[in-house]
Amino acid sequence: MGARVVVLDYGFGNVRSAVRALERVGADVTLTADRAAAQDADGLVVPGVGAFAACMAGLKAVRGHEVVGRRLAGNRPVLGICVGMQVMFDAGVEHGERTEGIGEWPGVVERLQAPVVPHMGWSPVEVPDGSVLFDGLADERFYFVHSYAAQTFTKGHDEHAVSRFRPPRVTWADHGGRFVAAVEDGPLSATQFHPEKSGDAGSELLRNWLSALS
Amino acid sequence: MSVAIRVIPCLDVDAGRVVKGVNFADLRDAGDPVELAGRYDAEGADEVTFLDVSASSGDRATMIDVVRRTAEQVFVPLTVGGGVRSTDDVDRLLRAGADKVGVNTAAIARPELIAEIAQRFGSQVLTLSVDARRVTGDVTTPSGYEVTTHGGRRGTGIDAVEWAERAARLGAGEILLNSMDADGTTSGFDLEMLRAVRERVQVPLVASGGAGTPEHFVEAARAGADAVLAASVFHFGALTVGQVKDAMRAAGLDVR
Repeated sequence: MGARVVVLDYGFGNVRSAVRALERVGADVTLTADRAAAQDADGLVVPGVGAFAACMAGLKAVRGHEVVGRRLAGNRPVLGICVGMQVMFDAGVEHGERTEGIGEWPGVVERLQAPVVPHMGWSPVEVPDGSVLFDGLADERFYFVHSYAAQTFTKGHDEHAVSRFRPPRVTWADHGGRFVAAVEDGPLSATQFHPEKSGDAGSELLRNWLSALS
Repeated sequence: MSVAIRVIPCLDVDAGRVVKGVNFADLRDAGDPVELAGRYDAEGADEVTFLDVSASSGDRATMIDVVRRTAEQVFVPLTVGGGVRSTDDVDRLLRAGADKVGVNTAAIARPELIAEIAQRFGSQVLTLSVDARRVTGDVTTPSGYEVTTHGGRRGTGIDAVEWAERAARLGAGEILLNSMDADGTTSGFDLEMLRAVRERVQVPLVASGGAGTPEHFVEAARAGADAVLAASVFHFGALTVGQVKDAMRAAGLDVR
């Protein structure tokens, strides 16, 4: 069997698509909110669609935020998708209301400033050197559907940061301004787009993530 | 480069089968929506839309199964419209694997449905379909376009542009603007109507109705459409998704 992956089932996200897309690239996938299973898996996927506040409340209801924190502390891989990425930041602001996130990354998720919002469709991405997730995929487009995003990424920018840690690798995209399309930060990876809906390119990205699990 | 203009084939599904003729040379079964969706995905479709034209509730249950089987095999976004009347209908389709749900008639009767869906699932799941035509006879609307129901057979007197604007304000994440005048003519999208709606809404706008040549898709994108939807030209093999994208690319538009 392939790597054992848990897709966290906390009531938000197109979980079925995520499960199928991961199975397609060889993962042994379980859809559950069970904390022990989520803790024990080789990889944990945190999906999410809809409102930041609702997703965060759903995560807390199954104590998913604790599982994420414990996994990352133990260097165990986690992949956030869409709002499942946004909740990794300090906070999200939707309709003027601020909701605290998990806070793994500094920054606030805010509304996109573009003539047409939501940003819905296939956009190119600007991939940093050394990316594992986007290995072989730098020229591909991915499927986005969102109205909010992190528009700065400051972790690792401090040159006095402990040098033995590799700084996060940040992939950018543009919709009325630059925003964070993906982050690879040690065991924590995340994409604002939907790899499970991004055709063959999305499958390759998931395969790249799986191949790095151990 | 920015977000690509999406090309979206649409399939009419009744009782689990595609009902308008579909003409792909190498298909085992031209009436199977799952197989056809996979075929369009392989051709480069950026999304696939199913329109459920079922008359009976038993057929609607069948549609859920079609959506489930499609989501197992197709890894681009799937929109399902037709007969959606409540947030529970939306929930069932999303759980089966739809990414977006199209709402039409039920929202005309009860616009609050738009807000209810957006609040429960987020705006991004909700495509509001507007079947619109130029007003005729003694009917007038500010924009000169009115919303219709029953496949364009009944006018409502509701201004189509104002309705699109109101729906976006209520929480629709996307407007699918279908010209009932152009539909089936293959003489091009209603560009004037597209421009009128584009001026007033800031959510993505999908052009539908009238596609006949690759150039028609280019014109629609230039009139402000973020996506272009067509049914018969793709089904009958008059055009492929690839030909449409080649024409858009040659015109300097971003495509996937």
